[in-house]
Amino acid sequence: MPNLKDLKNRIASVKSTRKITKAMQMVAAAKLRRAQDAAEAARPYAERMQAVMSGLAQAVDASAGGPRLLSGSGKDDVHLLVVMTAERGLCGGFNSTIVRKARVAIDTLVAQGKTVKILTVGKKGREQLKRDHSARMIGHVDLSDVKRLGYADAARIAANVLDRFDAGEFDVATIFFNRFQSVISQIPTATQIVPAQFEAPAAGAEASGAQYDYEPSEEAVLEDLLPRGVATQIFTALLENAASEQGARMSAMDNATRNAGDMIERLTIEYNRSRQAVITNELIEIISGAEAL
Amino acid sequence: MAAKMQFDLVSPERRLASMAVDAVQIPGADGDLTAMVDHAPLITTLRPGVLRVDGAEGGAESAYFITGGFADVAGPAITVLAEQAMPASEVTADVMDGFINQARAAYDKLRDVDASQTGVDAAAKLVADLELVKAQLVG
Repeated sequence: MPNLKDLKNRIASVKSTRKITKAMQMVAAAKLRRAQDAAEAARPYAERMQAVMSGLAQAVDASAGGPRLLSGSGKDDVHLLVVMTAERGLCGGFNSTIVRKARVAIDTLVAQGKTVKILTVGKKGREQLKRDHSARMIGHVDLSDVKRLGYADAARIAANVLDRFDAGEFDVATIFFNRFQSVISQIPTATQIVPAQFEAPAAGAEASGAQYDYEPSEEAVLEDLLPRGVATQIFTALLENAASEQGARMSAMDNATRNAGDMIERLTIEYNRSRQAVITNELIEIISGAEAL
Repeated sequence: MAAKMQFDLVSPERRLASMAVDAVQIPGADGDLTAMVDHAPLITTLRPGVLRVDGAEGGAESAYFITGGFADVAGPAITVLAEQAMPASEVTADVMDGFINQARAAYDKLRDVDASQTGVDAAAKLVADLELVKAQLVG
């Protein structure tokens, strides 16, 4: 039977743990709200960008020999995986699900005889991937100083990726991130960003799509747009990731708070039981002592 | 006056404006242009400059500073996707100097690498454009 003092300390420590997890849950909830608003605010831009680019890509495709960001480098040998994770833990399976998805992709690509390079965004992903794939890591983007994600952060990552592409370091780039679905569900997602891929426009949009004039020219506009498109996709991914992280943390901390509550209940029952046992024991001792006289 | 057109100004971080207007003056890469309702479909890249809106309802902010991006003009609607944008009234000399210094640093870097490279002219033009805007807005 554990002694009373120990039990009391246990209960006190679990209680303060519960306080902490409860506070973290509330902080995550507030941050989630902000992250969701940010993701919402970024959506119109990303959607218009995609719409314009896919229309443009088709127009230029017809005239052949588009820019490299669209047509690719003509090879498929070296893959760059941009793995976006959180800077912090304590958010349930958030980081592991992304890393797991990336691992599967790495194994598949390596089995196909491709070269894989990894660029990590966020400390947690780097820590997890370093164990098995340290030779493949070519860079890391640190966002731990960033208080509020801005387009500038995405532009910086995009510039990093595009510089490497221009230098011929890779042929295909894919980003890994968690798409926010709800507080309890985040979907690990892989999206190819280089060469650019577009969803085929809806048939209705095609019909209404009058022939656009382009200034200065189709090629020039596309040349200008593609790097922005990459940055926009990265920005969207970062925002989705941020919302997912907070959502995951919120539900993880909610579970932790509930678990702590259960634990306190169990410990309190045990504490009371042993307290009663101690009293009963003392009584028996007194009574048997009295009887002996 | 003819029918109004829908005008949207969005930056990656937020939607700055969405309203019905008579006409929009756009600083296009090949020169300024004014788009009115039923303009021919056009997509143009933008240079840094001031975007002016005519006939906005409710007296909403009618001039915006943008640092580049592109505009999608399609009949009844015009959408401007700006890299960075802010109402002209919020622009101060400090803000402009920030942009100008950034552009100038990029220009100097390019020029140091290779003066004959394409893009050097573009960078120089960016600096010039920004200075012009500064003169226009904050004098």
